Parts: sequence; structure tokens; C-alpha cells
Amino acid sequence: MEKKNYTISVYSENNIGLLNRISAIFLKRHINLESFSTSESEIPNVFRFVIVVNIDSEKVRKIVEQIEKQIDVIKAYYHTDEETIFQENALYKVKSSFLFEERQIQNIIKDSHATIVTVSPEFFVIEKTGFREDTEKLRKNLAPYGLLQFVRSGRISVSKAKMGISELLNTFKNNN
Amino acid sequence: MNTNKQNIKKNSSKSIRISGAEAVIRSLLEEEANLVYGYPGGAIMPIYDELYKFQDKLHHVLTRHEQGATHAAQGYARTSGKVGVALATSGPGATNLVTGIADAQIDSTPMVCITGQVASNLLGSDAFQETDIIGISTPVTKWNYQITKASEIPEIMAKAFYIARSGRPGPVLIDITKDAQFEELDYSYEKCTGIRSYRPYPELSVDSLKKAVILIEQAKKPFIVWGQGVILGQAEEEFKAFVEKSGIPAAWTILGLSALPTDHSSNRGMVGMHGNYAPNLLTNECDLLIAIGMRFDDRVTGSLNTYAKQAKVVHMELDPAEVNKNVHADVALITDCKISLKELTNRISSKKYPQWIDRFNELDAIEKEKVIDGDLNPTKPGLTMGEAIQMINKHTNGDAIIVTDVGQHQMVACRYAKFNQSKSNVTSGGLGTMGFALPAAIGAKMGASEREVVAIIGDGGYQMTIQELGTIFQQQTAVKIVVLNNGFLGMVRQWQQLFFDKRYASTEMVNPDFVTIAKGYQLEANRVSKREDLDQEVKKMIDSDKPYFLEICVEKEANVFPMIPTGASVSDIRLE
Repeated sequence: MEKKNYTISVYSENNIGLLNRISAIFLKRHINLESFSTSESEIPNVFRFVIVVNIDSEKVRKIVEQIEKQIDVIKAYYHTDEETIFQENALYKVKSSFLFEERQIQNIIKDSHATIVTVSPEFFVIEKTGFREDTEKLRKNLAPYGLLQFVRSGRISVSKAKMGISELLNTFKNNN
Repeated sequence: MNTNKQNIKKNSSKSIRISGAEAVIRSLLEEEANLVYGYPGGAIMPIYDELYKFQDKLHHVLTRHEQGATHAAQGYARTSGKVGVALATSGPGATNLVTGIADAQIDSTPMVCITGQVASNLLGSDAFQETDIIGISTPVTKWNYQITKASEIPEIMAKAFYIARSGRPGPVLIDITKDAQFEELDYSYEKCTGIRSYRPYPELSVDSLKKAVILIEQAKKPFIVWGQGVILGQAEEEFKAFVEKSGIPAAWTILGLSALPTDHSSNRGMVGMHGNYAPNLLTNECDLLIAIGMRFDDRVTGSLNTYAKQAKVVHMELDPAEVNKNVHADVALITDCKISLKELTNRISSKKYPQWIDRFNELDAIEKEKVIDGDLNPTKPGLTMGEAIQMINKHTNGDAIIVTDVGQHQMVACRYAKFNQSKSNVTSGGLGTMGFALPAAIGAKMGASEREVVAIIGDGGYQMTIQELGTIFQQQTAVKIVVLNNGFLGMVRQWQQLFFDKRYASTEMVNPDFVTIAKGYQLEANRVSKREDLDQEVKKMIDSDKPYFLEICVEKEANVFPMIPTGASVSDIRLE
């Protein structure tokens, strides 16, 4: 079966150990995570994990069912890239001297629509938000100038289709 | 403060000021857990101190190893239908629980384990007997939680029991730091009735129900395979009604055993690796496979590529994650089978399948001639495991709870033991834990004290938890312990014979004198190795009302058949 990038979105209670519980589901099946991020969601006290994996559709369905089975997980979904709006964020730290000595670096920054976050006498920091290809391209272009540090965030993503978590939580409230 | 004098009121909103440790005990009593298994140690001493004060209300069974506590709790849960409870201290006490927890997880046994933990200010400092039991137990628990404040205890305990017993049951571990056990709280208890992120009983789809009825009405060669879900769902009556009205032949997985009496005319035996010939072969001849409360384990299905491909599949299962996991379901009835079975029975017509049943009878006759006759009426001098089980049947009339360990004796016992009532088969199915039976038998007997409990164990597994003889002695638990001694790790030896050219690597055992060991614990103990003595020795054991040990020396190099080799198709089942 064809492997694809799937974005798994997990809505959960905030519970210490749930991160471990979810990552153990992948570990047990020897599946590598492409990216993992967690944050608050649109609902107070409900948290959201965004996990990207490159696997086939059968596997992702079974994994999402295992995730959803966890007591503190409210609901889990999975989507293909086409079904979501997603971004990644990257930071690049470069020696400040290059900014003045190498004309080319200014063009790279301009062409990539990146932002300079901070400049100090020793270093400056560039920020770029976009798809993996965009942040990757900027990294390649800056590499010859000696990147002091590079870091990329996990994917953050929202689905095009509705997920309906509030409604789900309301049904619980009404039934109890 | 003498807290013992205060009454425990159910769901009382009035709170009392007590220690965290006492709150644990009162929570256990609220959940009707008045029997717990465990082993004390530094980090759980405050709770043991309260056990001392509450000993008239709550019986603590001191096992000889924490693993024994978990298996005893499992045995108790399996025969009583209640939640089993095991206590242990931090560090090695907690890690010793892991095998039992993993066993309970894969066999869906309701269990709550409570572990002591180092004081919260020492967490992460590599303190004496500190271990990350939450991290370690996460993949093998249904839920786990670390309590660091006494005020959390009532709510978390209520959640723990609710989660362990509801939906598809399973083990829960609660780790309590020592300071939280000492700390005082305003205690009141309210039972948990729901958790918003947890839906233990999915609602039955009426649409799927209608589709299932159509498939059943159209089928010419329908076949039922049932599992432990029937027992866990307390659906034995509904299941029997369904089987009888539908007229469909039915076979069991190892954990489904005893849900339908052995003598029931629709009971066609066991499926899987060492199951019966007919139900395995006919899995690949039926036109409709109705799977009830089972999860298509690989030991049941053999190769999935050749498993029931010709058949439509109706899967009745409580856990949505089990549906379409291994075998595609044409129709899934995802709910408690107690409900779906009743609904199905009401909607289907009463039928009989004489020609289809004849196929079972034909194949049964082949198995009888090739395998069963030799097992039960052997002509060779050595005793067989089969005739030992047959003799136990004779003296218990099929009314006993049979607890088995793991290996050849387990397969033979499950194939030949007779059962008249449900919750009578206690074995380690999914995990295959050697050492399970002896401690599990203790719990099984305490969970159903009016019933006869016979533990059937191999000489290998027996020695993995043999120290629990001490528990049996101290508690005077009237279990009957049968060791079928062949001087080998028999199942591994069988595989070495069949698949590794008889290279018997580390499977022959030089055993101690088991009778002398049992006598050391002052148990009545006997050994039998001659056919003519078997009847009276088994009778003597069953007639005793005390704990009793019987070693039965059996044929050293016998094999269990039928057998589906690992990864082969159910159609490739071998009779010799």
C-alpha cells in the first residue's frame, strides 16, 4: 500500500503521561514520527496533539483507533496534506558579519520572504514560516555562509473539514 | 483519632478528616474490594498500617512475590467477575507487577494495582527504590496515574475502578507517593459514573443490525466463533439463546471456553493452533463467520491471507479498535454483545443446518480416530496428559474451575476438560505467561470459594511461581494442584522436534522432588505414575477439603495435535 504523509490530530484532556502513552503506540509498531507538536486547542482545558507520520492508509486508521481508545483522548482524526492547512516554522542563526560582507545573503532573505527577528553585533536570526520545502530551501541557501544554529518546529495544522469537538463534549454533558 | 469507629457511608457528601492511606482503604471498601493481594515494603507502609487497622473489613493476602499478587488478583477477577486488586511497594515491588499487568491487559481482566512511590520531593532523584512505574506500565495498562496529593485519592480511586471494570475491562495502575499517603485530606467518596473522554459502550447501529440479520438469513453454512467477550459481557444466556434459535454451530477461542457447556449440541470445540480439526478446517468452508467478543488473534487465525476469505464476516465486538484490525468485517456490531445478541435473536428465524452439521461430524470422526483415541485411551504404558484430564473430569463431573498454566498441558486441558458452567476456565491466553496458574488458582478459589478449583500445571511453569505454595499454606486455600510432569518444557520441545530437527536446546529439566517440596509446606501430597493408580489418586485429591498436591508423571516426549504450524493456514492443520 502507498505511503503518504498523514496529519493526526488528537484532542485530549491535559494529563501528565498522555504524551508517553501516545508515543508508545507508535513505538510498539516501530513507526517513526516525522513531526510532533502539542498545544492548547480552541476549547478551554482541551489540548491538541498534531502528529505527522509517513505510512499507509490502513496503518494510520488502526493507529488512530488505538489512540482514540486511550481514556484521556476525546477524539482523534487523520488527514492527508490536501485535507489540511499546515505550516512549519524555522529559525536560522547566522554570523552578523555576513550580513554586511556578503551582498548575496540579503538577496536570499528577500527572495525567501523570510523575516529578520533580531540583529546583534555577533549574530542575527531569521524566521521563516511555510511548507517544509520553503524552510528547507532557505536552509540550503544559507548553508554556505555557515549556519550557527538551525531549528524547525513540528507541523501545526488545521483541517478543512469540521471536527466538532465542542458538540461531542456537549453530548457527554447532556447524557450525564 | 480513632477513625475505625466512624461509619463509612456510601456516597456520603459529609467529609471526614483522615490520612491519604486511610482514604485508600476506605475507597477500596466503597468499591467492594474487601480482598486484596500484595506485598509490603517501605514506600507503601502507611497503607499497610491502615490495612492492619481495617483487617476485620478488608482481607489482605500476603503472596510470596508481587507477580503472584497480580496473578491471584487476575484469578479472583476471572471467577468472581469483580475487580482484582494488587498492592506493592515502589521500585522492585512495582516492577514485579509488570508481567501480571501485561497479562491482564491482553486478556482484558479488570484489575487495579496500587503501588507506593518515594515521597514527591524525591521524585526524579534516583532515590532508594525509586522507579518510573508510570512510564514502565504505560504501554500495558488501560490507564495509570500518579497521585502526589492526598486530596486526589478518592476521585482517582473511583476513576480507577470505573475504568478497570467498564467497557472492555483492563488493568489500571495507581502510583501513590509516600507523602500523599501520610498527608491528611477531607475525605468523601463518590463513585465514578462517566468520564467525558471515554465512551465504554458504543451504541449499536440499527442499520448494521439489519444487515447482520440479512446475512444470517441468507447463509447456508454459517459458523460462530466466540471469545471471552461473551463472559466479560455476562451474555452467556443471550449467547445460548442465539445459538439455539439460529441452529448455527459454534466454536470457542481459548478464553471463550466455558461460556457454553461442553455438552451443548452446538458446541463444536476450539479454534486455533491446537484447536479441533472440524472448526479449524470449516472456518475456510463456511459462507458466514460470526465472530462474537473475540479479536482474531494470530493463534486463532493462522495466516490471515488464507483465513475465511470465502466467508462474509459479522464481527460483534465492544472495542472499536478490534474491528477491521486483523480480519475485515462485512458488518460490525460494535456494542456490548449482551445487547446485540438479544437483538439478533429477536430478529432471526429459527433454523437447522443438518448437512452442514454433518460436515462437522465427519471431521470430528477423523480427529477422534487420529488424535483423541490415542490421547484418552492410550495403548502405550506411559500416562498421557489427556487421560489425566479425563480422570479429573470423572471426579469433578465438569463442575470444577480449571486453572491452567502455559504449554502442552494447557492445550490438552482446554481440549479435554469438561465444563458445565461459565467463568470456569482460568488461563493466560494472550500473553502466555508461564507461572500464571499457581497464584491464579489462589485467587480463583477465593473468588468462588464454594467451587472446586483444580490447577493443572506443567513442571516448567510450576517452578516459576512455586513459592506461592507458601501463600496456599498460610491461607489454607483449598486448591487442588496437579503437576503434569514430563521432565521437559514440553511445548518448546515439541517445536524443536518438529521444526528444529530434534535439537533439544535447554528444554530437558532436572526436577526436584515435588512431593517433598509440597510436604515441606505441610500440604497433603502424592505422586502417581501408573495407570492403575490414577483413578484412586485423583479421587483422593478431589475428595479432600484441604489444599492438595498431586504430581502425575506423564509420557516424556508426547506431542499435542492437531496443530497449525505458525504462519500456516487453518486449512493446513496437521493431525500427526
